[in-house]
Amino acid sequence: MSGGVMIGVDVGGTFTDVFVLDEDTGTVRVAKVPTTRPDQSGGFLAGITGPVPDLGRVASVVHGTTAGTNALLERKGARIGIITTEGFRDVLEMRRRDRPRTWGLRGDFDPVVPRDLRLEVPERVLACGTVHTPVDLDAVRAAGARLLAAGCEAVAVLFVNAYANPGNERAAAEALRAIWPSAHVSASSEVLPEIREFERFSTTALNAYLQPEVSGYLARLQEALRAGGFGGEFLIVQSNGGVMSVDTACRRPVRTALSGPAAGVIAAAHIARTAGFGDVITGDMGGTSFDVSLIADGQPALAAQTAIDFGMVVRTPMIEITTIGAGGGSIAWVDRGGLLNIGPESAGSDPGPVAYGRGNDRPTVTDANIVLGRIDPDRPIGGGRLDVAAARAAIDVHVGAPLGLGTEAAAEAILRVANARMAGAIRLVSIERGHDPKRFAFMPFGGGGALHAGAMLSEVGLGRAIIPRYPGVTSAMGCVIADMRQDFVQTVNTLTDAVDTADLGALIRSHVDEGMRLLDAAGVTFAGRTVVVELDMAYVGQTHTVAVPLTSTRDGAPPPPDRAAIGAAFDAAYRATYGRLLPGGVTRLLNLRTAVIGERPKFDLARLAPRGPGTTAPRTTRRVHFGEWLEAAIHDRLDLPVGAEIRGPAVLEQPDTTIVIDPGQIGRVDAHGNLILSPDPEAQP
Amino acid sequence: MSIDPITLAVLAGRMEQIADEMDATLFRSAFNPIIAEAHDASHGLYHATTGETLVQGKSGLPIFVGVMAFAVKAVIDKAARDGDLADGDIYIFNDAHIGGTHLSDMRLVRPFFHDGRVFCHLASVGHWHDMGGAVPGNYNPQATEVFQEAFVLPPVKLVRAGVLQQDVVDIVLRNTRLPASAQGDLNGQMGALDLGARRLAALLAEYGADTVRAALEALSDRAETLARAEIAALPDGRWEAEDFLDNDGITDTALPIRVALEVSGDRLALDFTGTAGATAGPVNISYGTAVACVYVAIKHVFPGLPANAGVMRPLGITIPDGSLLAAQFPAPTGGYTETILRMIDVIFSAMAQAAPEIVVANAYGTINALSLAGHRADGRRWVMFSFYGGGHGGSIDGDGLNHGNAPISTATIPPVEILEAAYPVMFRQWALRPDSAGAGTHRGGLGAIYEIELLEESAQVFLFGERGRYPPRGVAGGGDAALNRFGYENDGIWHRPPLASKMVGIGLKRGERVRLETPGGGGYGPPEARDPVRVARDVALGYLTEAGADTAHGPAWRECGA
Repeated sequence: MSGGVMIGVDVGGTFTDVFVLDEDTGTVRVAKVPTTRPDQSGGFLAGITGPVPDLGRVASVVHGTTAGTNALLERKGARIGIITTEGFRDVLEMRRRDRPRTWGLRGDFDPVVPRDLRLEVPERVLACGTVHTPVDLDAVRAAGARLLAAGCEAVAVLFVNAYANPGNERAAAEALRAIWPSAHVSASSEVLPEIREFERFSTTALNAYLQPEVSGYLARLQEALRAGGFGGEFLIVQSNGGVMSVDTACRRPVRTALSGPAAGVIAAAHIARTAGFGDVITGDMGGTSFDVSLIADGQPALAAQTAIDFGMVVRTPMIEITTIGAGGGSIAWVDRGGLLNIGPESAGSDPGPVAYGRGNDRPTVTDANIVLGRIDPDRPIGGGRLDVAAARAAIDVHVGAPLGLGTEAAAEAILRVANARMAGAIRLVSIERGHDPKRFAFMPFGGGGALHAGAMLSEVGLGRAIIPRYPGVTSAMGCVIADMRQDFVQTVNTLTDAVDTADLGALIRSHVDEGMRLLDAAGVTFAGRTVVVELDMAYVGQTHTVAVPLTSTRDGAPPPPDRAAIGAAFDAAYRATYGRLLPGGVTRLLNLRTAVIGERPKFDLARLAPRGPGTTAPRTTRRVHFGEWLEAAIHDRLDLPVGAEIRGPAVLEQPDTTIVIDPGQIGRVDAHGNLILSPDPEAQP
Repeated sequence: MSIDPITLAVLAGRMEQIADEMDATLFRSAFNPIIAEAHDASHGLYHATTGETLVQGKSGLPIFVGVMAFAVKAVIDKAARDGDLADGDIYIFNDAHIGGTHLSDMRLVRPFFHDGRVFCHLASVGHWHDMGGAVPGNYNPQATEVFQEAFVLPPVKLVRAGVLQQDVVDIVLRNTRLPASAQGDLNGQMGALDLGARRLAALLAEYGADTVRAALEALSDRAETLARAEIAALPDGRWEAEDFLDNDGITDTALPIRVALEVSGDRLALDFTGTAGATAGPVNISYGTAVACVYVAIKHVFPGLPANAGVMRPLGITIPDGSLLAAQFPAPTGGYTETILRMIDVIFSAMAQAAPEIVVANAYGTINALSLAGHRADGRRWVMFSFYGGGHGGSIDGDGLNHGNAPISTATIPPVEILEAAYPVMFRQWALRPDSAGAGTHRGGLGAIYEIELLEESAQVFLFGERGRYPPRGVAGGGDAALNRFGYENDGIWHRPPLASKMVGIGLKRGERVRLETPGGGGYGPPEARDPVRVARDVALGYLTEAGADTAHGPAWRECGA
């Protein structure tokens, strides 16, 4: 790896985490500063300049951001307009004719572009790509002028069937770019040349909606970095877990929708691989939710699309993250039928658990952990003192009394139900992808996950849990590790038997050329370049496609596609997903997907390992409840040397998390400073 | 045995997950878009001897939540009669008179054995693309017997002690216009049952059959307790409501659907006496469908109730014999969706008189099953079949949703581009329909306009809809929505079907169009109480025309220069 300083910055809802790797001195520093709202750049700069006053030595700054996510969730994007095919102005508002909730029939929907800013122009392309009606460019220019007069900052061109022939859209976008005062003109065939108009229009409109906001934010950051003497590369993490240049991020801000969590999963994959585990399920426990991701053979699972909120669909490859409403702040309650429930209502981090004393009086998962002694009330993360008596009283009133349980039993019940829900999420993500969960190791990150790691081993039957040395800054570390990645898609929609392999090869080449151009333009040194070609295929008549991996080529051009290989790859992928093939079934090739990946050099995780003799002696002991009150050893986790072994019951504390080792489990510190938690073979049953 | 509250809470989630995973398996592997995209399918666990619903997946079609119990009971009765039930059997059938809904829904029931006895039943139901009959897609508004709707399969063994009965598969596949699609869906449903059986076996191994059985019983009791608590919170009293179906597709006579709703303490009685008698045309429903429909309405009013038969215990349901709500074989039932939507509407309208804040106004109230079918130049047959959307009703919380799916369904609509890529059509319009919502303090959501042009030489068009004569109703003083309206073009002249929203065999030539304009939802609360600023906004956005705004709300909005 070239010398200098690399900085990863992850801006979360509460804290901005900074991870600084100094290659010259071989040291790592981490910092946590409060996130500034609404403009996150203040916290960002404060977080960097604390540990690194001289930005001149910094080779790269990589940023995982929630600026885009927040703008979508809070509807704080720009005023934008759309120009669309005659007859289709309402696609964004009509969605796919769904509803917010299955039961109840309540709730309506406001799209990010109101109806009076959705204008139609004469034009039409047919599904086969034939131009039925050429685009009326005078009408496009007139519509553009109307939207400008109405105060729109960005515009999106959304034409039906533009995936099959982008000609009309391109001409319209070109005409608009000639009159639009900024670069904020998006066309659906440029953002996502894929069949399904609502998904494509929604993704493109949300891209336009974010452009002014996100590009302004990134420009402010870049300017401030340069002013501080920074001359290196500034990169942004995408939802797919790869990084992109600031220039690309300004054109495609919609790709940052899951930027922050994606970086965490990338770091988890790297840490686990280095520790010898290719198959990992990560669990990020926050205040309101538990986010689960699956990594198989070192590769994080990708999802094709997600809905940021009802009706706000973003279709772009992204790290698949399954969220359930079971976080530390999730409220425990007993319904009128006598069943104990956890969430979905949450006290979040403000007012937070009852024990925080900030006005919430209903018990949370964290309150149960406090009452059972798993969290030290005198030294909680974030400082202060916790009110154990208030937490006990809340558990008695809301859970103990209705279920006829004592305080500790009620608190254990809360944890068991919460753990069962988390375990269910872990099972579902693995099973949905055809994996046996028992094969996987569990890696908690974020502040709360490590409290529950032991329970995940026993609930799901996992063999191991890996707790990274700094679980609280995993996402920031992921920024430093992530590769550069460009994803491309093109709908082909042809029978496999009739596919023109020369045309397909030309499409692949055009994706690769554009991807390589973007890699070259970023000014980054890569350890290697990989091109992954995948096809979305299905039997004729089937509407859901399977992802068919075709080729993966390192440092060279992918081989030209051939029909026999495509057919064989489909059979393999289909059988792996559904178990049986359809005899004599005719297959169709819907989309081509190409990923161009520039591998960034990985730093040696041994840099994170503890140095010196440390100590395995407990700092103190404390009563912790595991079915009964036991005297548990309390350790300072960061003082444990490589090779240390700690048997449960024990609690390991560190500034950003608390780790519970259950009776019958053992934790070992590996060569990189990770704690590997497993059943203790020597424990008495 | 009794069960501790913690194990109960854990098992509740685990069993729900089994049903959810069965749903997910079929949605991903089904061939026809009605299952894969529209999720017109469902899975669950059912009682070993009564067939009652124990657990049902969250993502399947709501109407199946209640109706599958009748399908499972039909298999239980059949197995008892034949006396040859064996571990590894799977039954298959589509007979709607004993299984509910309509003949398009293929049901697979798998008795799940544990220690040599049936522990419970696993079932899978999915809407197949075509099951033969007179009309492609099986929505034949002129059917007077089930035989004109589709091929009827009574419960038979598809798998006998683990061995697939290929004869049965051959019979089924020979009776559909789209055998590849049917084979794909059949594989998908068997795959879902396989998965459910594996998961359930693992759960029993982990917790023991007694504990799981005790949990299932406790969950039914809990569902009953919850339902009683919701009903007890309503005022005691008796309320009535009435609405109409346009006609049965054969005779142009309006058909009343009536309900009298009576709350006394924690019991709720629903009496449908006064509803029209059985009809010649296919708007009849079976008794099982009628009961299931009550469940759907109740669960929309009280969304927190679980999908479990215990909810039904405090309900007294009276379905009059001889009515169109208790159809006898071989009366046609293909249009069951229209009838149950109207049942839900009258239940909402009656409940609104008891406690308006707990209901929403009527949704658009018709699924508009529209199919275009023909042959391509190379002779291949094509059938484009879909349901179309409309507006949801307003509620005390706010305006209704624009362009939603039907209350009995969670179906999404296929994208225009998928339809145009698969069939020789071009959509000219896919838009919200101004002035289609019921006015109110909170207005209904808007319906839609779909206009489709034929790109092939010729095609036949079939429509099965409703609400062409009687609009979706407002509640609590809210206004009614616009009527459903369908038109078709022949030789440059636009026509409307004589029976308003139902018609078969309309011929179209290349370049001719059909146009469907769907109702919005009813309004909630008096329109004069709507904030004029919001009326002005509706006008500015084109949800309301100026004339429509004046008629519903008076001229006050004109002062609000939005």
